[in-house]
Amino acid sequence: MVKEIEKAGITIVQMANLIPVAKSVGANRMVPTISIPYPLGDPNTSLDEQWKLRYKRVGWALDALTTEIEDQTLFEG
Amino acid sequence: MNKIKVVHYINQFFAGIGGEEKADIKPEKRDGVVGPGMGLNGLFKGEAEIVGTIICGDSYFNENVDEAQAEIIEMIKSYEPDLFIAGPAFNAGRYGVACGAIAKYVKEELNIPVLTGMYVENPGVDMYSSDVYMMETGNSAASMRTALPAIAKFSMKLMSGEEIGMPSEEGYLSTGKRKNIFVEEIGGKRAVDMLIKKLKKEEFVTEYPMPIFDNVEPGKAIKDISKAKIALVTSGGIVPCGNPDRIESSSASKYGRYDITGVNTLVGYETAHGGYDPSFANIDSNRVIPLDVLREMEANGEIGEIYGAFYSTVGNGTAVKSSLAFAEELTETLIADKVDAVILTST
Repeated sequence: MVKEIEKAGITIVQMANLIPVAKSVGANRMVPTISIPYPLGDPNTSLDEQWKLRYKRVGWALDALTTEIEDQTLFEG
Repeated sequence: MNKIKVVHYINQFFAGIGGEEKADIKPEKRDGVVGPGMGLNGLFKGEAEIVGTIICGDSYFNENVDEAQAEIIEMIKSYEPDLFIAGPAFNAGRYGVACGAIAKYVKEELNIPVLTGMYVENPGVDMYSSDVYMMETGNSAASMRTALPAIAKFSMKLMSGEEIGMPSEEGYLSTGKRKNIFVEEIGGKRAVDMLIKKLKKEEFVTEYPMPIFDNVEPGKAIKDISKAKIALVTSGGIVPCGNPDRIESSSASKYGRYDITGVNTLVGYETAHGGYDPSFANIDSNRVIPLDVLREMEANGEIGEIYGAFYSTVGNGTAVKSSLAFAEELTETLIADKVDAVILTST
């Protein structure tokens, strides 16, 4: 899906836990998440911490969208 | 001859420990066979025996690859095996990646023959088929009946030291290796023969399949994100409670579009995904689609606006063909609605 959307000329970032898979499938802009069942909010932490984690990683995703790249790139702060 | 000692790797599901709620279990070893190993043992006809089974949760392995590999290799070593078999994983993505990764690691560390088995669309194939032998299986455990005999047969071949034939003869997925062989006719003649067949629209088999390069050029950077319209897409299966479109929990045949006008946080949603433990996403769907923080960013002017609906499907054993079709269709709408960027989250 990532590639189809990108092919059409829409800039896309994929937030995924399995970065090796995203990479092998061909995502260009990637942001790592923390887990498979809870990518953006660790249930063992407070709601406030979960919110902060999301805010930070979505920030990385925005960095990815605004950065010019030539090859597959991982954005992690 | 002594019996060949085999160690077998399986996930929590095939070990009968549990489904997604147990996908985070750490590696453990058990003497003898567990689950599908029983079938393999029978097929070895006394020539080989599974002396130990390693079990690991799919999520645990993929989230902690280095630690998991280090723990598992020690467990495998303790059995001093002659051969290592992982899976088969069919179309289970995380399981396939785990099978490929651990088989490759065992081959490198212990220098013994290894093999696994999976469906051709499993992401483990792209990642590891050039490193280890992978028997081609069907896309679900329903093909266990044909997968196990193929794995058992090829195991014996690997241990016999006999020459391994071409992928199409032996039933493994191409490893992309080339081999020099002697043939009767010279290259020029073969090329002309092939060309004539091609012109006559007859069937021919290429001697050098071209690699498929389907990487996409990265999209342009967004110049001013504070003016950008951003759409949210997920393969994590987030849907309004009750799953109104009845998106399937695996092998999805459809996707949904859900209006989020005026929605500031994803409460009242759940996941339709059958490939991971749904409890965390059901309690708080913002963990999969971070709408709550994006709304705040929108209010603060950090981003332009969030597109009025999100798209969702279940990326669990879903055919590549289906996802391409979904993407093609939804992209048309996104373009028509002048969306600048997409954040796609996957689980």
